[in-house]
Amino acid sequence: MELAKNDRRILLLTGDLGYLVVEPFVELFPDRFINVGVAEQNMVGIATGLAEAGLIPFVYSIAPFAALRPFEFIRNGPVYHQLPVRIVGVGQGVEYGFNGNSHFGVDDIGVLRTQPGLTIIAPADDIQTKTAIEKTHALAGPVYFRLSKDSFEIPDLSRDFELGQTQHIGTGKDVLLISSGAITREAIRAADLLKEQGFSTTILIIASIAPAPIAELAAALSSFAHVFTLESHYITGGIGSLVAEVVAEHGLDVQVIRLGFDNLLNGPLGSAAFLHDLHGLSAQKIAVRVENVLRKNV
Amino acid sequence: MKQQISPSQIRKIILEQAKRANVGHIGSALSVADIITTLYFGVMRVSDPTDPDRDRFILSKGHAALALYAAFFMRDWITAEMLDTYCSDDTLLAVHPERLLPGVDFGTGSLGMGISYAVGAALAARMQNSKRRVFVLISDAECNEGIVWESAMFAAHHQLSNLYVIIDLNGQQALGYIRDVLDTAPMAEKWKAFGWDVKEVDGHSPEKIARTIQSCEQELGSPHVILARTTFGKGVPFMENQIKWHYWPMSAEEYRLALESVEKHP
Repeated sequence: MELAKNDRRILLLTGDLGYLVVEPFVELFPDRFINVGVAEQNMVGIATGLAEAGLIPFVYSIAPFAALRPFEFIRNGPVYHQLPVRIVGVGQGVEYGFNGNSHFGVDDIGVLRTQPGLTIIAPADDIQTKTAIEKTHALAGPVYFRLSKDSFEIPDLSRDFELGQTQHIGTGKDVLLISSGAITREAIRAADLLKEQGFSTTILIIASIAPAPIAELAAALSSFAHVFTLESHYITGGIGSLVAEVVAEHGLDVQVIRLGFDNLLNGPLGSAAFLHDLHGLSAQKIAVRVENVLRKNV
Repeated sequence: MKQQISPSQIRKIILEQAKRANVGHIGSALSVADIITTLYFGVMRVSDPTDPDRDRFILSKGHAALALYAAFFMRDWITAEMLDTYCSDDTLLAVHPERLLPGVDFGTGSLGMGISYAVGAALAARMQNSKRRVFVLISDAECNEGIVWESAMFAAHHQLSNLYVIIDLNGQQALGYIRDVLDTAPMAEKWKAFGWDVKEVDGHSPEKIARTIQSCEQELGSPHVILARTTFGKGVPFMENQIKWHYWPMSAEEYRLALESVEKHP
């Protein structure tokens, strides 16, 4: 909103979603808001045409409808033409829990990470969201924001969001837990549980998924024997895959254990907390999984 | 700009390059030769392909790119040497238009996407209070794509009267005749029902195409669709209305005959 006040190029497009979210923008900038209707492919196509003329369209929908339905439009439009379309996908992982599989963003990173020049950001909290939008304002190419639908702050982050950088919480020596997005809250509670068991944890946060914080990851990974990645995403293609790529390409001697969804989510449904717990991604279950590995290797 | 451009010059370049590169899509390029000639040498206001306020053109049926490259050459935006790189290694002239080639406003090749870009470009022109217009050439078979109708709905709802969709109505698609594969008829009624200003024209008459587009300018309040009735492979009798010339390259003898036909009608 602050940016839009000072930059008349900024537009907001929605695919008929965002009830009680888009209203403040509409009120202040009615001429720069377009509800394109329930047509996400067209929304990204239109945004491509708008951006070619020098405008900065933000397109908004629930993550799978923002990232997957129009994927080929993202690829051939803003990515290929290197245009400043801002794609906002709401609902990290299974946050739309009761809405079911159609509404889960558990593969958006994996799909979009293939696209060269597409900046991908998964903020861990509200402050990172705000900072990330500011820090990417001047980028000439496209950006995907994977936003949480919840509003919260994570205390004690080591520093502000920067493209290509990580943030961390704590400086534990026993295990490295690499997390992305709102599920970092589970990582923090898991670290507390591990501390009670005598294990100290460093939590590393990847909000800037592309450009990836390669150098910082390589440096952090070389200090640990075991690293766990945590994401509300399929284990293929997300930050677990990213970390594994860094380990392999740097020839590092570290075991990577990817925590995420390793199978189709066609079981019972529930809240994000329920689904995370069901699939081993709640603080308690993370702590147990970490502890089992650490004890085995003492 | 080269003087006295005629569609047959564009057709001749299409044949020369298709033969030199030994590639197909000849029939589709011949089908739109008159439309492209009319746009680039009579209708569009494009003094320079980098002018931000130029009219935009999107060849949504990207596989007819050879007709576009011929026009770019005649406009002196690309050199004869560049033209001769078509479909060779290290070229910017691919089977479908790539955005790095001077004159290409939007790269295409995946059918249906161009009209959606065009809608955005037309909306941008209106938001920026610019008089520039947006022309997009799609094929009748391209109307199989759902995105065409998403775009049509949006453009009519937002009354984008600076948008001109020209449909190359040649009745053919890659593997057969449209009426047999997935019929898009009746086109005029469909577009009217979507709220468009619908015009029909002989797609091989540059004078009529130009006049029709001019007549659209009086019609405010709705986007324009020009149903250009064309013949696939127009100008080369043995290619006309023949499915095989969607993909087929020419033999030496076919090339000789094709050139002869095109040169007969300057």
